[in-house]
This record gives sequence, structure tokens and C-alpha cells, in this order.
Amino acid sequence: MEYVIIGFLWLSILLYLVLGGADFGAGIIELFTSKAHRYRTRKTAYEAIGPIWEANHMWLIIAVVILFVGFPVIYSTMSIYLHIPLVAMLLGITARGTAFVFRNYDAVIDNMQRVYNRIFLLSSFITPLFLGMIAGSVISGRIDPSETDFTSAYIWPWLNWFSLTIGLFTVGLCGFLASVYLIGEAKPGDDRNSFIRKAKQWNVVAVVCGALVFIASLTENIPLMSWVFGNPFGATAVIAASFSLVVLWILVKRGKTVVPRVLAGFQASMILLAVSYVHFPNFVILKNGEHLSLFEHQAPEATMTALAWALIIGSLFILPSLFYLYYSFQKDRHEGSFVEH
Amino acid sequence: MDNFLAARSQMALSLGFHIIYACIGMVMPFFMAVAHYRWLKTKDVAHKNIAKAWSKGVAIFFAIGAVSGTMLSFELGLLWPNFMKHAGPIFGMPFSLEGTAFFIEAIALGFFLYGWERLNPYFHWFTGVVVGVSGLASGILVVSANSWMNSPAGFDYVNGQYLNIDPMKAMFNEAWFSEALHMTIAAFASTGFAVAGVHALMIVRKQNVHFHQQAFKIAAGFAAVAALLQPLAGDIAAKSVAKRQPAKLAAMEAYFHTQPYSPLVLGGIPDVKTKEVNYGLEVPGLLSFLVYDDFKTPVKALDQIPVENQPPIAITHYSFQVMVGLGMFMMLVAVLYLVAIWFKKHWIYSNWLLKLFIIAVPTGFIAVEAGWMVTEIGRQPWIIQGVMRTKDAVTPMPGIAWSFYLFTGIYFTLSIAVIFLLYRQIRMVPELYDKPAEDLNLSHS
Repeated sequence: MEYVIIGFLWLSILLYLVLGGADFGAGIIELFTSKAHRYRTRKTAYEAIGPIWEANHMWLIIAVVILFVGFPVIYSTMSIYLHIPLVAMLLGITARGTAFVFRNYDAVIDNMQRVYNRIFLLSSFITPLFLGMIAGSVISGRIDPSETDFTSAYIWPWLNWFSLTIGLFTVGLCGFLASVYLIGEAKPGDDRNSFIRKAKQWNVVAVVCGALVFIASLTENIPLMSWVFGNPFGATAVIAASFSLVVLWILVKRGKTVVPRVLAGFQASMILLAVSYVHFPNFVILKNGEHLSLFEHQAPEATMTALAWALIIGSLFILPSLFYLYYSFQKDRHEGSFVEH
Repeated sequence: MDNFLAARSQMALSLGFHIIYACIGMVMPFFMAVAHYRWLKTKDVAHKNIAKAWSKGVAIFFAIGAVSGTMLSFELGLLWPNFMKHAGPIFGMPFSLEGTAFFIEAIALGFFLYGWERLNPYFHWFTGVVVGVSGLASGILVVSANSWMNSPAGFDYVNGQYLNIDPMKAMFNEAWFSEALHMTIAAFASTGFAVAGVHALMIVRKQNVHFHQQAFKIAAGFAAVAALLQPLAGDIAAKSVAKRQPAKLAAMEAYFHTQPYSPLVLGGIPDVKTKEVNYGLEVPGLLSFLVYDDFKTPVKALDQIPVENQPPIAITHYSFQVMVGLGMFMMLVAVLYLVAIWFKKHWIYSNWLLKLFIIAVPTGFIAVEAGWMVTEIGRQPWIIQGVMRTKDAVTPMPGIAWSFYLFTGIYFTLSIAVIFLLYRQIRMVPELYDKPAEDLNLSHS
């Protein structure tokens, strides 16, 4: 049963990274778009994520629930030592969610829109940054439960070059995912070409940030190179991701829009897979080479069984209706009858 | 402000705000569905406009309820890691199910908001009902998790170890039904009165009268029924508390000395030093009657509970009095409204009754907050009744006071923003919602 639960946990994190990431990315792209083009960018992004954005945070909540029900020690350790970045990420989520609603549902359109926008764009950047930093801290082996000094216990585990570069890489990845997704949402012609340009730029940003992560891992003495390339599995994942990136650009050139999205999602999942595979079954790496393993720190069997069934039954309800939602609105928009509410 | 107090304050603040957003997000879809159904049946366009206007409210509160709920799922660990480490696997079942219910709610809301004129009318109406039903399920499940803290079940506590865990037993503990029932009715009453009061205000101001009258009737109907049912649910809840948490009941009633013909104290100022209640009105035997259905059996009082296991008495007692008092007031308004509907039709839109409803806008929510204060403060010093103390659950990280100030700022800003947003929605009713069907155009973004 624990494999079912770990599978769901991994999937929730991946879906949050890909779907939530594309959602954050829409805000990030807009943040780095010149003022003149912002309005067009926003309009395209909104039509794409409007009905669906609410559902994306659920993946994060499901991951959190799986952690505290199934792996309570891991959850409480992260909660204690990564308190500050978790709060920062939460503030980002809150600010972003509310600003989105406000800019959509304010009955009066006036200067307040600029305030909502600023909050939305800034929090779109901050949330994935801290999400990445948390992920970086979890695998960097800086968390030390025996530490009593405030800064060493609660600051340095997450405030270091390695975590920071992973945070930036996550931001770059979100921008890339969103721009690839939006290529298909934009109308063919100028609009679409501008998104293709954006996707290229974000692709470069993501690769540069990825290189920074490797540089940071050298300065922080984290054996990232050997983690990724030291085993056939990780190396294969990276090569597959790189190869699919080439295919993606060939297809974009030929005017395809759907398959590139799948490929961009595939690249994100390969990155996550390479990193999680090398550490499996360890979820958190502590200082002094200790680990919090998903096998050793799981809840008692009765809980795991109940949780697994809850997840299986839940997904039977959720996945079909979620697909139907995506399908309905895709179909609707491509028939041209979609109107912003 | 020490860490422990800061952590408690932050949790109280987060729950206090979330419960309001959650209540509205949970109940308004039902109002919306009723208006929507009437539109489908009668083709009175006012009802369609009401459903649309309310659906905006649902969307706003759903989103804010969702983010404040996300915050809470993290805060449980951020503030009480030691509690979650042990309790997570035991009382996690309702949370895992709640994830599903909430997800379905999000999906259904996506369909509903974007489905006007696009989906089959009855399927569209059905998605609105799904929003309400799944929201209600979420609420009941989360309250069930809280009831486990009041009535721990589904495990054996042996030498500090939590053994033989049974998540289903934990979920269906003794308190879950009475708590969930009481809270669900409270959500309907509080939201009903708040919504009805806002529409009453607009009727008094003579704006878009037909639109607001129809809306008022739907919300007031829900509010009246809920307010009349609530005392029954409250009685069930109190009996259940008396059985499981005598300290909480004694603190609620500021009841110091165990005695036959146990008295019920109305109002009064409890003095913990002299163990007396000053200026209160004592009704002999009534407490015994409420708990045991006879006037004689003595109810266990605070003198039988060690001081270190007693909750703060004064604040629990005041909160309880406030809750009951406001409940009575809402019942009175409900009775008057029902009399108006059945016997005195000319009362319905009379100024005095509408003004009563306007006064009642905040009463339900104040009662909800007071009720949660009773249940949470009344459980102190325990976080898990009789098993784990709250002070042993708090995070070791220092400086939580800063976090508390930060969250206070955020929640207040958020609430002011929401009120501002709703005010603008209501002000725009004439332009956005209350227009003839053919030129109703909502694309203003």
C-alpha cells in the first residue's frame, strides 16, 4: 500500500509543478513582458487558465495531506526547520489567489486593477521561488535537528546558494511551461509568434538557471553531478529530456501546438524523476548524512491502508471530472464560443 | 508575547477568519441553486440575475476560503508540529476525504461559473448543487477532525505511545455527529441572516426592489429554518459535551460547586478566586435537567476537576452566553418572519422587520466565533482531550510573535479587501444584474 501512496505523493507534486507551474508561469511571463504588450499577454493567459486555475492548488493540498497523514515525522520536521520559507510560499499563494479573484470579480473597473495586478505578478514570482527553495533545502542536507542556534537551525537550511538557484530554476521552468502552453492558446499570426519568442527566451532562462544550480552545488559541496549522472537511470532521464526538447522545437516550427505541451510537461517530470529516483526512498536529507525515509517513517499500517483507499476512490471521482472540465473548455474555445464571463 | 501564546493567537486568528469564509462558501451555493431552480421553472429573470449575482459571491468566498484553508493545512504543522506528528496518522482520514470533496467542489464551480448558456440548463443547475453538497461535505469532514480532538478515539495511549490506530473509529468518534450538526446549522443561520440583511438594507433604500425582495425571501427562509433548528442541535451538543468533557461544560456554565438540583446561571461575572458568580441569575435544577433530563441528578462541577486541567473559566462562560443570547435573538427574528409569511403578509416588507434583519447581519457570525471559542478554549489545557497538552505540541522555533503580527496584518487586509469587493458588487447591481435579459452582458473584464 505504501507504494500506492508514494505514487500519489509523487504524482501530486509533479502535477502541482506542471499545472500549478504553468499557472504561476502565466503571471511570471506577464511580469517580464514590456508594459506595451502586457494587456495582450494577460488576455491570452486568462482565457487559458480562467476556469481551471482553482483546481491547481488542490495538488499541493493533497501532497501536504499525504505527508501529514502518511509520513507525519517528515511533515513535522519540514514544518519546524523550513518554517520561514513555507510561510513565504503561503503568503505568495494567498496573495496570488486573492489578487486573481479580485481582478476578475471586481464589479468596478478602475485604478484598483493596477494594485491587484502588481500583487498578482509579484506573488506569481515569489511562490514558485520559495517552492523551489523548499525543494532544494529538502535535498541539500542542511537541516540539522540537533542544532540549537536560531540562524543555523532555521535560516541556513534554506538560505544558501543551492536552494536559491533551485528556486530560480523553478521560476524559469514555470515561465517555460506557461509560454509553451500559451503558444496553442494564442491566435495564429503575430500573437502566436510572440509567444513562440517568449518560449525561446524562457527556455534559455531555464537552461541558464539549471547551469547555475550545478555551479551552486559545486560551491556548496553537494554531489549533484554524481546524483544526476552517476546512475544510468538519472542519465537516461536527462538525455530523454534534452532529446524531447529538440523535438519540441521542431514541432513548434511546424506549427504544432498540442504535442509540445506534452513534451514540456515530460521534461519537468524527467527532472523531478531524476532527482527523486536517486534519493528514493529518502525524502528529506539531514545534516551528517542522516535521512528521513518514506519507508522508515510511515504511519502505522491501518492508516496507510485507509489513506490509500481514500486516494484511490478520490481519484476515481476527481480525474474523470477534471478531464471533462479541461475537455469542455478546450472544445468550447476552439469552437470560438468561449467568452470571458 | 511568548511563543506559546503567539502560536495560540495565530491559530485562533486563522481559524476565526477561515470559519467565516468557509461558512459563506459552503452555504451560498444552496441559495444560488434555489434561485437558479426558480429561474428554470418560472422564467422570472430576476431569479436568474440573483443566481448570477450570488455566484460571484460564491466564487469570491470559495477562493478566499480555499487559500485560508490551504494556510491552515500548513499552519497545523508550522505551529503544532508535535501534535501533527502523533495525531496526523490517527485523525487524518477526514482530511484525506476532504481533499477529494474540495477538489470536486473546485471542478464543479469551474463548470458552474463558465457554464451559463453553454451547458444543458439542468446539468448546469446540477453543477451548482454539486458545489454546495461537496462544500458541505468538506465542512463536515473538517469538523469531524476537530471533534476527534475533543473526543479522542481510534487508538490506545500506552506509556506515551499511540498504538492500535483505527482511522475510521477516529473519524466517527462520539462527538462528530453533534459537532457537525451544530456547525452545519450554524453555517446556514449565519450566512442566511448576513445575506438576507444585506438585501433587506437595499429594499429599505428602495433600490432594485423586486430583485432584492426575491433574494431576501430565499436567504431569510434558510436563515429562519436554521435558527429554529439550532437550539435542538445545541442541546444535543451540550449533552455530548457534558458526557465527554465535564470541565468544558462546567466552564461554559461557570459552575463551581457540584450539587444536586444543579443550577443554570444566566449572565453573571465568574470570580475564579472566590469560586462564585456575581450578578448572575441562577435557575435551580435547570442544568441538571438540560444534561440528564431530570432536575435532581448532580452535574460534575469544577471542584471535581484538578486546577491544572481546568480551562480559562471567565472567557469560556462569556463566549457561551454570547452564543446563546444571539441564538435566542435570531430565533425571535425567525419566528416573526414565519408569522409574517403565514399570517401577516403585510409584515414581510415592512420597515421594522427589514430593520431587524439588518441588525441581524453580524449576529450569526459573532455567534459562530463565540461557539468556536467555547469549544477550543473550553478544551484547554488539552490539544487532544486528556492525552496531549497544548503547550507540549507547540513548535520549538522561537519568534512566533512576529509571525502572528504578520498574519494579523494579512487577515485584516484581506477582510477589508473582501468587504470592499462585496460593497462594489452590491453597488453595481443595477448595472450588472438587475437588467432585462436580452441586454444582460457580464463581460466587463
